[in-house]
Amino acid sequence: MKKHLLSAGDLTREDAIRVLDTAAELLGVAQRPIKKLPTLRGRTVVNLFFEDSTRTRISFEAAAKRLSADVINFSAKGSSVSKGESLKDTALTLQAMGADAVVIRHHFSGAPHRLAAAGWTNGAVVNAGDGTHEHPTQALLDAFTMRSHLMPGGGVGADLEGKNVTIVGDVLHSRVARSNALLLHTLGANVTLVAPPTLLPVGVDTWPVETSYDLDESLEKADAIMMLRVQRERMNASYFPTEREYSRRYGLDTTRMNRLPDHAIVLHPGPMNRGMEITADVADSGRSVIVEQVTNGVAVRMAVLYLLVGGATNEEEGS
Amino acid sequence: MVTPDDGPDAAARPDPERSDPVPPALARTVLDSGEISRALTRITHEILERNHGSAEVVLLGIPKRGVPLARRIARRMGEVEGRAISAGALDVTMYRDDLRLKPARALEHTEMPDDVDDKIVVLVDDVLMSGRTIRAALDALGDLGRPRAVQLAVLIDRGHRELPIRADFVGKNLPTALTEKVRVRLAEVDEVEDSVGIVGSAPNGGAA
Repeated sequence: MKKHLLSAGDLTREDAIRVLDTAAELLGVAQRPIKKLPTLRGRTVVNLFFEDSTRTRISFEAAAKRLSADVINFSAKGSSVSKGESLKDTALTLQAMGADAVVIRHHFSGAPHRLAAAGWTNGAVVNAGDGTHEHPTQALLDAFTMRSHLMPGGGVGADLEGKNVTIVGDVLHSRVARSNALLLHTLGANVTLVAPPTLLPVGVDTWPVETSYDLDESLEKADAIMMLRVQRERMNASYFPTEREYSRRYGLDTTRMNRLPDHAIVLHPGPMNRGMEITADVADSGRSVIVEQVTNGVAVRMAVLYLLVGGATNEEEGS
Repeated sequence: MVTPDDGPDAAARPDPERSDPVPPALARTVLDSGEISRALTRITHEILERNHGSAEVVLLGIPKRGVPLARRIARRMGEVEGRAISAGALDVTMYRDDLRLKPARALEHTEMPDDVDDKIVVLVDDVLMSGRTIRAALDALGDLGRPRAVQLAVLIDRGHRELPIRADFVGKNLPTALTEKVRVRLAEVDEVEDSVGIVGSAPNGGAA
């Protein structure tokens, strides 16, 4: 595994399975009377959030705290960033404070890569979502959730070979879709992206996926279906005529859910627009694993932090 | 960082007291499978005698080779007591004191057969040397509950303790030099016949 986690594409099949297997063990920690491991005692994890986030930030915070790391939360609002401080100066400040890992979410694609490559920090950089680019830990927790439901015996040690995953909705603006496409392909799953033509990115034909404009034709074979949020805040043009039309063609309702195979599960990275891409009935049904995704997210992020900074870091190996 | 070229075994158990993959020709066998079996039977009876039966006892093996040993003891205990007794597994990786000396290693499976509160926990491992693994196990156990007592059973005690820890039940005391390695082979893990061997230079002027 590399020093940083910037893209789901950086993970080999072995790396990905190692993260998922580690997460499977760490999931048990949440059921114990003392939900804490001493592994990262004395390590500092900085959550550097330039963009609003609820679940990812608290998930990373819970993960780091369960491993006994010291956590520093930084959000751009109410910090010197609102006075015009650059990413570089913010990073240098954090470096001076001795961050072992920097978890960064940024509204610009490529910001985590810049942080990792520029040498502003010695810590491991974890991409927690950059613009419309990638969100690798979300892909890992989605893969973890699918594996535990779809593979026999909870899937420890297994990949997702031959499973059909359908990802539906605003692929254009979705870093979740991009990371999932890369990771699920690495794990051997067949990914189908379903979206209106306007919401598929340019160059999607070079991705390791199939694409379709028709949700109904890809329901019967899906082992897992992931609904993406329509990201209205990123939409600067009319990508579809009306929300009702979008919902009728690409929303998951009970009728469509009933056409899925019996074992199929429904995922959503959250936050949901209930009634838009997914109806409340479906979101709250037994097929939906949306709440479980959040639980698994903490375990997966614990695994990532442990594997990146739990052992010898580069400076210590050099000494 | 994690180096993929470490085998799963090397990543999980790189400590000096652990068995290393060495060609069998270099090893001097000190226990064969019959002797291992008799030692485990004796340890089973000692555990039952000390604790007045198996009612309060929870057996926990430390991966990798402590786990099959704990299961074998549980099976023998079940035969004596006339009821099914299961053994668990306690992974101590996250509690080790040498985590920062090596790249992050893969975790082993932890599985609790029972609640440990107010029980007598018997930890089972293959080789006791520095005592650091057992220290880590005691810390791990403390986060899972509050046992009434903790006891330690090991197949081999090879000396060279670095912490004030001793075993309650020992299969064989095996004085060794630090340059030597004790190599335990168990059918369940290694898929060869059970054996304990010493690998490395002869113990002249060593602990023997």
